[in-house]
Amino acid sequence: MKISRQEVEHVAHLARLNLDENELETMTGQLDNILSYVDKLEELDTSDVKPTTHAFSISNAFREDAVKPSLSQGDALANGPRAAKEAFVVPRII
Amino acid sequence: MNPFELTIGQAAQELASGNLSSVELTTSCIQRIEAVDPKIKSFLTVSRDRSLARAGEADKKLAAGDAPPLCGIPLSLKDLICTKGVRTSCGSKILDPYIPPYNATVVDKLEENGAVVLGKVAMDEFGMGSTTENCAYQVPENPWKPGYICGGSSGGSASSVASRECLGSFGSDTGGSIRQPASLCGVVGMKPTYGRVSRYGLVAFASSLDQIGPLSRDVSDCALMMNAISGYDEKDSTSVKEKCPDFSHSLKEGMSGLRVGVPKEYFSQGLSPEVEGVVRNGIDALAEAGAEIVDVSLPRTEYCVAAYYIIAPAEASSNLARYDGVAYGYRDESAETLLEMYKQSRSQGFGDEVKRRILIGTYALSSGYYDAYYKKASQVRTLILEDFRSCFDQCDLVVSPVCPTPAWKIGEKSDDPLSLYLSDILTISANLAGIPAMSVPGGFSKDGLPIGIQLQGPHFKEETLFQAAFNLEKSLAVPTMPPEI
Repeated sequence: MKISRQEVEHVAHLARLNLDENELETMTGQLDNILSYVDKLEELDTSDVKPTTHAFSISNAFREDAVKPSLSQGDALANGPRAAKEAFVVPRII
Repeated sequence: MNPFELTIGQAAQELASGNLSSVELTTSCIQRIEAVDPKIKSFLTVSRDRSLARAGEADKKLAAGDAPPLCGIPLSLKDLICTKGVRTSCGSKILDPYIPPYNATVVDKLEENGAVVLGKVAMDEFGMGSTTENCAYQVPENPWKPGYICGGSSGGSASSVASRECLGSFGSDTGGSIRQPASLCGVVGMKPTYGRVSRYGLVAFASSLDQIGPLSRDVSDCALMMNAISGYDEKDSTSVKEKCPDFSHSLKEGMSGLRVGVPKEYFSQGLSPEVEGVVRNGIDALAEAGAEIVDVSLPRTEYCVAAYYIIAPAEASSNLARYDGVAYGYRDESAETLLEMYKQSRSQGFGDEVKRRILIGTYALSSGYYDAYYKKASQVRTLILEDFRSCFDQCDLVVSPVCPTPAWKIGEKSDDPLSLYLSDILTISANLAGIPAMSVPGGFSKDGLPIGIQLQGPHFKEETLFQAAFNLEKSLAVPTMPPEI
């Protein structure tokens, strides 16, 4: 086994997902399959190879720090499931 | 001939000469959608009034005689390209209520061009899938054979173009999501070089792999559409300051002086003989047009699926963390704590494939596994890039199949995620390497299903691909009109 049911449960919590018993069962099997396949990468010796995170490497993209038009507060809040005055409303935290 | 049957090039001529108005053309497409979409199911949103109003404005520009190339042309957009004021669901329940307050840069550019956005088309949720069966709303069908998949994830883009509901469409490609549906639906599709087209306003799946590109009925339309969207954008820090040629100038007859590489790894076991036959026929056509055919090797091709299914889910797990029910999208209002709200909103809003990839990605990036999975996959990505670099020392482009088989029946492969992932083996490398790639119609299976030919070239050499595609189109003369739907 590449990944256990407990590990899938832990990863689901990290990813803020709930999985019911059935989903946990199915996902564990499927993830195990996929990760076993990924083991194929071990066939390649990469000890001196630099990782690539972007195929076309570019350095930092700087621009002038100038004020430009941006979204209005109303537009920015308009898609919020719940908003009041100047803020998004979420369940009580403290 | 009905106006909706015209290519963009033909329609632009009719519009410019005054034989046809954009309102007539747009109305013709809307009527076509009403007639065939109940069966094909491409469109998630049809912006009827909005597109007719835009068409009216385009007609004024056309009458004034200063119209840009796409002026008055009705197009569709994959439902992950943000359109101000028009729902952008990404094929997901979690973005069901989302109305973007801004346009993607590509949409701004299309509007400057006077193009008419007819509506938004179906896709695999967040671009994750190869069949569009992961769309939370509807599964489009292949216009050449209803009941068969149209490919994915830009399935609605391909089906809307092939079924003549619009004259062209813009999709996105993270591991083949433009080229594979283009191949399976018999249309032209291009994934540009990474950084050629702005990703601003493209809902992110895997940011180092995603790229917007056109799906069209012919190669010349594809070039016109690329002209409209290419170029540096200060809003996308990964877009590249590279000169954009007029791609229409690359459509030249003859291939002399060009070396076409045939990578042996793309013709290995698992490839359907019918697909191989179509591609070999295309290679012969390029040779007849004067190209020199050379055998090349991309030895690390067999590792691309494994590397991709770590890198793409890793990036996705991070990108999709933003769907938390706070600022936009779906929220489970019954949750009493913040943590429950996150978990319940995400669990109810995302489909199974998206959850699967978030879990793989989170696992691959988690403490203790990062080096074994994410770092290893990123190192293999370097090797895949090196393969292409040395290959392009020996040739100007490579030609291959797009998908190992023609389209299959809806529902046929939906139980086994890994076997579906493996069907992406021929398209994924281009995204890992960031190179441009294209699918051009090559022929048909004996069942009448379209088969595409893939062209891949070095960074920013889309022009070479266009030239080869144009020659394939001329010499193969593949029918592009499906039997009446």
